[in-house]
Amino acid sequence: MKIHEYQARQILSENGIPVPAAEVVRSPEEAGVAYKKLNSPMCVVKAQVYAGGRGKAGFVKLVRSADEARAAAKFMLGNRMVSPQTGPEGVSVSVLLVAPGVNIAHEYYLGVTVDRGRNTATMIASAQGGVEIEEVARKTPEKLLKEPLHPLIGLQGFQARDIAYRLGFKDKLAGEAAKLMMNLCKVFLKTDASLAEINPLVVSKEGQLLAIDAKINFDDNAMFRHPEIQAMADESQEKPLDVRARKADLNYIALDGTIGCLVNGAGLAMSTMDIIKLHGAEPANFLDVGGSVTPEGAIEAFRIILSDSKVKGILVNIFGGIAKCDTIASALVTAGREVGFKVPVVVRLEGTNVDRAREILDDAKGELPTLTTATDLTDAAKKVVAAVG
Amino acid sequence: MSILVNKRTKVICQGITGSAGAFHTKQCLDYGTRMVGGTTPGKGGQKDPNGLPIFDTVRQAVHATSATASMIFVPPPFAADAIMEAADAGIRVIVAITEGIPVLDMVKVKAYLRDKPKSVLIGPNCPGIITPGECKIGIMPGYIHIPAKQSKAGKKVGIISRSGTLTYEAVWQCSSRGIAQTTCVGIGGDPVKGLNFIDLLDLFNRDNDTDAIILIGEIGGSDEENAAHFINQYVKKPVVAFIAGRTAPPGRRMGHAGAIISGGEGSAQSKIAALRDAGITVADSPANIGQSVANALGVTIS
Repeated sequence: MKIHEYQARQILSENGIPVPAAEVVRSPEEAGVAYKKLNSPMCVVKAQVYAGGRGKAGFVKLVRSADEARAAAKFMLGNRMVSPQTGPEGVSVSVLLVAPGVNIAHEYYLGVTVDRGRNTATMIASAQGGVEIEEVARKTPEKLLKEPLHPLIGLQGFQARDIAYRLGFKDKLAGEAAKLMMNLCKVFLKTDASLAEINPLVVSKEGQLLAIDAKINFDDNAMFRHPEIQAMADESQEKPLDVRARKADLNYIALDGTIGCLVNGAGLAMSTMDIIKLHGAEPANFLDVGGSVTPEGAIEAFRIILSDSKVKGILVNIFGGIAKCDTIASALVTAGREVGFKVPVVVRLEGTNVDRAREILDDAKGELPTLTTATDLTDAAKKVVAAVG
Repeated sequence: MSILVNKRTKVICQGITGSAGAFHTKQCLDYGTRMVGGTTPGKGGQKDPNGLPIFDTVRQAVHATSATASMIFVPPPFAADAIMEAADAGIRVIVAITEGIPVLDMVKVKAYLRDKPKSVLIGPNCPGIITPGECKIGIMPGYIHIPAKQSKAGKKVGIISRSGTLTYEAVWQCSSRGIAQTTCVGIGGDPVKGLNFIDLLDLFNRDNDTDAIILIGEIGGSDEENAAHFINQYVKKPVVAFIAGRTAPPGRRMGHAGAIISGGEGSAQSKIAALRDAGITVADSPANIGQSVANALGVTIS
């Protein structure tokens, strides 16, 4: 789960991390008032969106007067932000952050995430802040400092001091930086974050340590114990189909191809996308309906797939285990009657009660003329690719 | 032969009175697994519909039944606690089926298990483990498997997989070519988990009955790359691999909590390259896993 920058700043601030004063605004007028209130010759207006690439899209602007603040806000609130991360439809902007300019002496990167190889959380730090950390990791991996958090007692003071000195902090600032790192780790653990990032962390020309931009993502599986974080979720930042799929307990991710997929199990769903590509077409989505496919779930899954106008055919690939093939076949037929299959649908079923399932599909062929069955995975992929041309 | 579980393995189910726990306890019993009881705190002293004794704690269950394996269906908020309870009670093979355990809970579980070297954890978020014809601990459909003794082709594979239904697919492709399975282990789709590829490759490598090994990986992390290195160094048997997610976009979690390409790590291409560099056969298509194993073992279908 993601939250906005202004919410992440709030969480950091509540946990002893120095964050410069800023104003959250929702209209051009408020932006103008905020500029005056902050009493800084230069301010920055930042669109609050989940997606990255704000700067290049023109949704982070430096302003030098209340009028400029109002104009920047008017543009951002009146347009959808389009960046490589959002897709061509972009995302809507309804909240802005107005923050005072900072005289930056040096920029650093600080982040905490789970290191799968070590089976524990790890602090990542770099003296090259303000840039994409993936970029640093790729070009100069030796400039990335990593320090694992102990699984039970977290980051210790000596570890934080060690990182601070290695980043080049000296004297009083080294102690402040170490304390800030420990606080960031505490936030990460306390909130069940999957990523807690300050980029950049700056030292101002006045010698102050400040978290300028913050990002916190959370472990969806842990949100049951953090209702206060769940309440921060902003559905307007998600694609409507993603929201619908989540509410129906479906794992759905829209892609760019023409063949919709409906599969049980995440690994098999990925493989189904792969085999479509292998036979010369592109998948339109990832969709895992989960272990127990209900008629309601299947109907909603078909509705979601078919609401993507790029979809020219659908491949249904089910390996019935505990979920029985005949149950799934009935659900498919019900879904077909409800939704109406306007595009070719190729169904490949294998596993428990598959013979009975094939009879059910054969019986329904009259009313569902676009439905075809396949004998195995390759046959299914070939048929659906051929059907979409 | 087999690894980890066999016909003598006595199994309890933690969460035996929940709907999934009760359903799969019956399924495992029907398959022939020696289910000997289960636990649900507060229901100790009762019996389940199959007549199995229910205990309040795993310690009581182990004391009364001598169980050495546990199948966990406890809901996510309490699952980490259940895994640690099983280890503390001396359970040797802990199979956590539960999907959706917070990752930081699993970090603590892994640290706790370091002090319990006699216990191994399989999962969480996995289909479980099966030694066909002997012991099924998990949610996989039993009938698609062929026991080692009934191999028509005379050959037997061991399977290690991060996936559920994709594993069934691989098993099915082997079974329909007369190739039996010694043991199949689903290690689960979470980023922090119990046994990993290398632990199981080592066990299958030393199991005399296992002729070849199938490794089914997917995007996310670098476990497949590490496995490739291990196979290259130590494994003497043919290994056939498949990696799911070549078409998965970076930065999106593909269903499994651990299936995500992030920070330049975890792409299918990197994993496939590492495996091929180590001399391992990687099936291009998920439909060719069984045939690749048949080729590696010299099995021709009559």
